[in-house]
Amino acid sequence: MSPTVSPGELDERAGVDPVARGLWHPLVAVHDLRRGQQGSAVLLGVRLDYTMAGDGSVSVCRSDDHDDRRPVQIAYEIVWTCLDEPATPLFETPEALETDRRIVHAGTIGVHVSAPRAVENFLDMAHFPYVHTDILGAEPFTEVEEYSVHVDPDTNEVWATDCVFWQPVAATTSTEGQMTDYRYRVPHPYCVVLYKTTPVDPDRFDVIALFCRPIAPDRIEAHMFLALLDADNSDADIRRFQLTIFGQDKPILENQFPKELPLDPRVETPIRADKVAIAYRRWLSDLGITHGVIPAA
Amino acid sequence: MTIELYDYVLSANCYKVRLLLSLLEVDHELRTVDFHPAREHRSEAFRRINPMGHIPVLVDDDVVLRDAHAILVYLAAAHDPTGRWYPTTDARVLGEMGQWVSFAEALMSSASAARLHVNLGYDLDVEAARRDAHALFRVLDDHLWFQEKAGRTWLCSPEHPTIADIAVFPDVVLSEEGGVSRLEYPAIRRWCDRVKAVPGFDVMPGVFGLGMS
Repeated sequence: MSPTVSPGELDERAGVDPVARGLWHPLVAVHDLRRGQQGSAVLLGVRLDYTMAGDGSVSVCRSDDHDDRRPVQIAYEIVWTCLDEPATPLFETPEALETDRRIVHAGTIGVHVSAPRAVENFLDMAHFPYVHTDILGAEPFTEVEEYSVHVDPDTNEVWATDCVFWQPVAATTSTEGQMTDYRYRVPHPYCVVLYKTTPVDPDRFDVIALFCRPIAPDRIEAHMFLALLDADNSDADIRRFQLTIFGQDKPILENQFPKELPLDPRVETPIRADKVAIAYRRWLSDLGITHGVIPAA
Repeated sequence: MTIELYDYVLSANCYKVRLLLSLLEVDHELRTVDFHPAREHRSEAFRRINPMGHIPVLVDDDVVLRDAHAILVYLAAAHDPTGRWYPTTDARVLGEMGQWVSFAEALMSSASAARLHVNLGYDLDVEAARRDAHALFRVLDDHLWFQEKAGRTWLCSPEHPTIADIAVFPDVVLSEEGGVSRLEYPAIRRWCDRVKAVPGFDVMPGVFGLGMS
């Protein structure tokens, strides 16, 4: 079962962003591959074929030119590839390699939204009580307290730190409501990693990531990757929790207008709680990303 | 013994059963089936529970039932002391309920198929599925409009909702995930709001209560 797009949904505006073409992108979850079978998926408007050989190795090439083989690496339970030669290595997340964590790919879901809109929604705490009612938030605890934002000068990643939010059910391991500490990291224009307090260990953080494959400027496939401190719950229960959250976000994402993220700061009016979104939009502008955004004039 | 429901949180068919369980205030336990991505419903272990390899499946003591619509009939007959959700004494109402449950089946191969294509990449002709869904929505909207003109609120004749409303509601209310807009169907939108206002109504991911719509 390889998620696909109908030919009519391919968008000619896709595939022309040189910055996006030089990035590693998530193509397909490893658990969706079968040895000896071929699948296909669209990345930035370009259809790619992928094959897992009998020995488990994976290859990727353009569907319209099988001699044009694309680079491949496996990370975060996902096959990653790049349309051009990779300009930068894929970001690393050391926690994903810790052996005592539960590593779960929670699912791949198609969403009719741009990748930057999906990333920005993931960065937003203000919607928790209203969209994830009685799970990630609850009225009247709706205030987003002051937090810090910076771009790491060494890695050029956007960070939001010192975020706190009261959550009734922060994770599958929760037994009661808690003040949850959050740190957000944007290491890639279409990928976002969240570090949040785990109910089981005060000194470590659960890692929850959203990796988007940009299909068209207004269409993605979202991969949800988890590296959790949770010895008790089944994969099915962990996925249920994560897909519940994502399923609640989906209609909100799909009803945003315009679908593409406007980078001109005058187009949408931010509030104080949107500090990280403002930094993210400015960072996208500085990177020169054009796919999935409406560039500032 | 507590009722068990083999369930997947994003399944519209499972939501039909969860919704009726909530409306009837019936205690139950959910057994999560890892439908996506693990395809657990196709596993050998799950086929021992349902040889058809699909969800939902309801277990109530020695009764094991597959098929959401069969489960709705059973739950209403077995666990609704008011007898309102599945009234069996009026031939006309029985026929109407059967008709709308069949309509719900047709939604599964149109509106629901389009949603599975968009969300989970099911390989099918999504334009045909959307066309079929719109044709069904036109029929549904017309029917609900005439019902309203006749002073009726629900799909069938009684002045209260029945399992027909529960069978049809999920694939209608989730249709926009499959790219099937309800903008052109005002009577459908009013009916969706009426379903959401029924005491005991329950949401699922992608379906908000009245406060959010």
